[in-house]
Amino acid sequence: MHKNIIPFGPQHPVLPEPIHFDLVTEDEKIIDAIPSISYVHRGLERLVEKRDYIDFVHIADRICGLCSFMHSLGYCQAVEQVMAVEVPERALYLRTIWAELSRIHSHIFWLGVAADAFGFESLFMQCLRLRESVLNIFEETTGARVILAVCKVGGVRRDIDADTLKGIVNRMTATRSMLEEVSNVFISDYSIQHRLSGVGVLSREDAYTLGCVGPMARASGLHLDMRTLGYAAYKYLDVEPVVESAGDCYARCLVRIRENYHSIDLIRQAVEKIPEGPVEVKVKGAPNGEYFSRVEQPRGEVIHYVKGNGSRFLQRFRVRVPTFSNIPSMIKMLKGSELADVPNIILTLDPCISCTER
Amino acid sequence: MMSEPQEIIPIEKNELVGMVAELFAEGYRLVQICCTTLQSSYELNYSFDKGYRFKNLRITVSPDEEIPSITAVYHNAFLYENEIHDLFGLPVKNIAIDYHGTLFRIAISKPFSIENVKVPEPPRPKPEEPKQDTEAVAEHTDGHEPQTA
Repeated sequence: MHKNIIPFGPQHPVLPEPIHFDLVTEDEKIIDAIPSISYVHRGLERLVEKRDYIDFVHIADRICGLCSFMHSLGYCQAVEQVMAVEVPERALYLRTIWAELSRIHSHIFWLGVAADAFGFESLFMQCLRLRESVLNIFEETTGARVILAVCKVGGVRRDIDADTLKGIVNRMTATRSMLEEVSNVFISDYSIQHRLSGVGVLSREDAYTLGCVGPMARASGLHLDMRTLGYAAYKYLDVEPVVESAGDCYARCLVRIRENYHSIDLIRQAVEKIPEGPVEVKVKGAPNGEYFSRVEQPRGEVIHYVKGNGSRFLQRFRVRVPTFSNIPSMIKMLKGSELADVPNIILTLDPCISCTER
Repeated sequence: MMSEPQEIIPIEKNELVGMVAELFAEGYRLVQICCTTLQSSYELNYSFDKGYRFKNLRITVSPDEEIPSITAVYHNAFLYENEIHDLFGLPVKNIAIDYHGTLFRIAISKPFSIENVKVPEPPRPKPEEPKQDTEAVAEHTDGHEPQTA
């Protein structure tokens, strides 16, 4: 049969950021997909030559808008580990609360974008309305809505008082009930099930051998969640990875919906257990050593590698983001799928090109 | 401070593919390949994980030294190996999907190579100060210059 190559991206209605695929097709079926990235590569990793390790947190914060806090958290953890800095417990709990809020707002945003992609625009608006409640909490507790700039080497820049913490739990409880209504549409709507069920199936074995991470991996039955390592305050909380087994687009959607509820529960646990005390310690000296910090971002495991030689400027900073790790499994899923399903398959990966083009 | 145990095993370049195949057989997943520019060489860390056990194989290569690809074992390594080729200028032999230098569209060729990266100088040890009679100095630290007769 005659083969055609259909370009997909870098500009496409379902892609908020640029990534390109050459889709090799036979009739309407994809037989191969060749990805192209780096349309907007920024070279942030090399900025360690220009910013010392304290200032560099602000660069890490700006790797991505949706998981800004996660990047600064991973970077700070790596430096703190190299320098043997004991971060106060209250700061660890605050980091956990902001990290889980980041996960909720990222997942709700994804639900909205997914709804928009399969033509359910009113659902998109409802999702973004829900996300607003999380952004308002960010603004009240950090002074910012996107780039939070609240994490620092040695702790956090701001404390949250007890009343505000209780208020966060109350507001997230209210958000949960509204989220349940929206989620019911995703779970039980016929059109959504028809578009997502049995589409883009990734087996458990393929997910593992292709290095798949995050909700992608968990939707294929892998118990892979870096929060179980116990960084920040997760060691004090009941973390249970949300796992589905079908491995299709619908399962990936379900994982993200259920993770929202789990994150709301983790915030409640953290607020109940947070101790009093300082939120930062003074850091002296410069990092001399190396460490791979592993953090669970909304999209999966992210690795921040830091290497220092005693200078205030790091020798190497590298980020391995989840999207970069998930691209090989995306190619696997695209092979054999119908051309009309490509947007949904790519979207259920939740690709973050901003992270990938660090 | 929560410390995750991390193992770094320095190996020779010719041992790489064999050891990677052993890790694959043991059920490890490839987490990442990370390249670091040193003063006159490159350090490559191949990171693996199994049940949250984090293990790294480390090789050190000189500029322009060819590296064997591990894509025959871990297919998903092709992105990391193309990245190493495009950003660091290291040739990687037999990559399963070889972009031949077009994965990264960048204005500077080999931006992370030894010629381009400024590796920070480690701090110099402070020179030893000449020994002083501390008691005698302490007598004259009341805000006045010591006076001589």
